[in-house]
Amino acid sequence: MGLEYVRISPGFERYMPKDYVDLVKYGQFGRQMDVQQLGQFKELVEEHPMCAGCFMAYFIRVFYAALPNPEDTIVIGTAGCARLALSQAAVPFIYGNYGDTNAVASGLKRALTIRFPDKVKDVVVMAGDGGLIDIGFGMTMHSWFRREKFTTIMVDNEVYGNTGGQESGMSPKGVQLKMAPKGKQFDKINAVELAKVAGCVYVAKLAPTNPKRIAKTIRRAVLAARHFGPTFIHAYTSCNIEYSIPTEKVLEDARKREKQDFGFYEWMTDEVKEYFEELERKPEEVRT
Amino acid sequence: MPEQRVVDADYLLLEAPRERKFITGAQAMAEAVKRANVDIAIAYPITPQSEVMHLVGDLWAQGYLKDYYRAEEEYGAMSAIAGAVRGGARAFSATSGPGLLRGIEAIASWPGHRIPAVLGVLTRVVNAPLSIQPDNVEIAYLLNCGMVVLHAENQQDVFDFTLASFVISEKVDVYIPVAVCTEGFFVTHAKGYVNMTPEDMKLPPRDPYKAPVPPTDCEIPPARIQRDAPVQKSNFMSYLIHAVWQQEVWSSNIRAMKYIYKYLGGPIEVVNPDAEVFVVASGCAAAQGREAVRYAQMEGLNVGLVKVKSIRPFPEKEIREALSKAKAVIVPEHNIVGWLAREVKAVLPNNDRVIGGPRVYGGMTLPVELIMEKVYDAFGIKKQKKVVV
Ligand SMILES: Cc1ncc(C[n+]2csc(CCOP(=O)(O)OP(=O)(O)O)c2C)c(N)n1
Ligand code: SF4
Repeated sequence: MGLEYVRISPGFERYMPKDYVDLVKYGQFGRQMDVQQLGQFKELVEEHPMCAGCFMAYFIRVFYAALPNPEDTIVIGTAGCARLALSQAAVPFIYGNYGDTNAVASGLKRALTIRFPDKVKDVVVMAGDGGLIDIGFGMTMHSWFRREKFTTIMVDNEVYGNTGGQESGMSPKGVQLKMAPKGKQFDKINAVELAKVAGCVYVAKLAPTNPKRIAKTIRRAVLAARHFGPTFIHAYTSCNIEYSIPTEKVLEDARKREKQDFGFYEWMTDEVKEYFEELERKPEEVRT
Repeated sequence: MPEQRVVDADYLLLEAPRERKFITGAQAMAEAVKRANVDIAIAYPITPQSEVMHLVGDLWAQGYLKDYYRAEEEYGAMSAIAGAVRGGARAFSATSGPGLLRGIEAIASWPGHRIPAVLGVLTRVVNAPLSIQPDNVEIAYLLNCGMVVLHAENQQDVFDFTLASFVISEKVDVYIPVAVCTEGFFVTHAKGYVNMTPEDMKLPPRDPYKAPVPPTDCEIPPARIQRDAPVQKSNFMSYLIHAVWQQEVWSSNIRAMKYIYKYLGGPIEVVNPDAEVFVVASGCAAAQGREAVRYAQMEGLNVGLVKVKSIRPFPEKEIREALSKAKAVIVPEHNIVGWLAREVKAVLPNNDRVIGGPRVYGGMTLPVELIMEKVYDAFGIKKQKKVVV
């Protein structure tokens, strides 16, 4: 397991960067931390260059705290805001070309399966709505059709945040954004239903208002992907810059959207349901 | 499937006994893949490449490869290759013309991501109107990526170049992808004699830890840094990092040259080195250049050939030396843009000696007579001579 590689060789502790020593001593590697303890353990991501108050940044922080096996996880991202924090975490990160996350993840997951048939290696894609549902649409869909065993998390800020606020297929109808000067002409794409029909075995939609629930959803998505097939989480993560949401109002906005159209939704195949019923009866096995 | 035993790469490439077979270029490429201990091949159909990937699929079905699938489209295929290679696997794919262009954004990023993969490029027209005929204009698009680009003249080259490419690409001081190009149909669907290494021998598996950039497999210590450039913390850092990184990629490309010497006998082949007039050609056009040399000899004209095997790294020094005394340099090409003539012109002093052409559009053959016309011009033979066959 990756844990072997996380530990510092005896005698070298004082030569290692403090950041690293803290990560090994007080971090999440090899331990199951409760996200509600955030702030009391060394996190996998701390400094990053995302906008102050960005709700996506908050979601990413919880995501790392919730990973069931961070020492054996590889995160794949793409151009877009999320990658600014993902690339600063103590979990290997791959940054390909815009929109190619699910194709890269397919190749990576297969290579890891060939090379480490007896080990668990989790692969998680985290990318924006533009990356996954617009430009990378075909690759997202086909990874699901092919039943590739990794998790896709869409951080949906309903806009192309990183290029300065153009409309995306996930922007709500009517909203006026750059490149939609008369307002967006068609409805938000129903990504969750697409994921279901395309073959995902576990699908969830949420507004990240409740860290415990985010953590549980992420853990479930990763574990289900490990054993059964593709899984998908659609998370509302507002862009306070492009939608002019004052920093102190981002949570309020998320709560509003939760009531409106981002109520918690979870769906899984019977097989996955059985697996969780069994597993969650003996939670100590979650990490295996 | 015969049991394959791993043998040393140098032994396989340079010393192992060879058996002569009469096979197509597509078969030659697949036979090389069979001996290359490839972990995963990712396929997408496009004529005339498909034949290669059908044959490679069969190899997987027989157990020579560990994984194989048809990707959604070329961009997906080339991105998945990038994922598989980053994960530590040895990977192969092939493409043609429009498929190459569809995948080009991903392909162009491979060298910078330090992806040692082998890509077969079985050339085909790109420009409209649509045609499935061969034409190698697509190689022009590959030249600026940073990858090693080899251009095979015939079935034997396809076999040798492909097998050697896996070894060259994974050398720790190279560690960038290699494209093995050859003309679709003319080579892929035509048969020629190929001396092949034994079927029951294969290259050692890829060792992904012998790498300037480690694989992404969680078997190395974590660090707060992403696996790939750019580190876009700020524009200031990103341009510096890009510049430094690209310098290293292009240096790696140049470092491939010594292995091209070792395994392929050098980047060029010179026929009749004391000639007055030279034909400089790559791929299929080199075969026609060879014919032109034969014709010229029969007519008592002192004509030589420089066959360019490696387009990247481009053999600047070698070409300059070989052509130092040439009066005229004729560059026939299987494309209308003349990318090879531009390359040759760029490295030669007195480059008004370079005669760009003849060139043909997609699908057309390149008759020796067209090359001979340029030869007569070069010798100042006014009257159109009838070619002696
Ligand atoms: C092929 C290609 N097209 C466009 C871009 C420019 N680009 C960079 S980030 C981005 C938008 C990101 O939007 P999204 O995926 O929704 O993520 P967000 O930044 O909103 O989190 C675009 C279009 C690119 N890098 N590559
Ligand atoms: S632009 Fe929007 S999504 Fe991107 S970091 Fe800033 S607030 Fe977050």
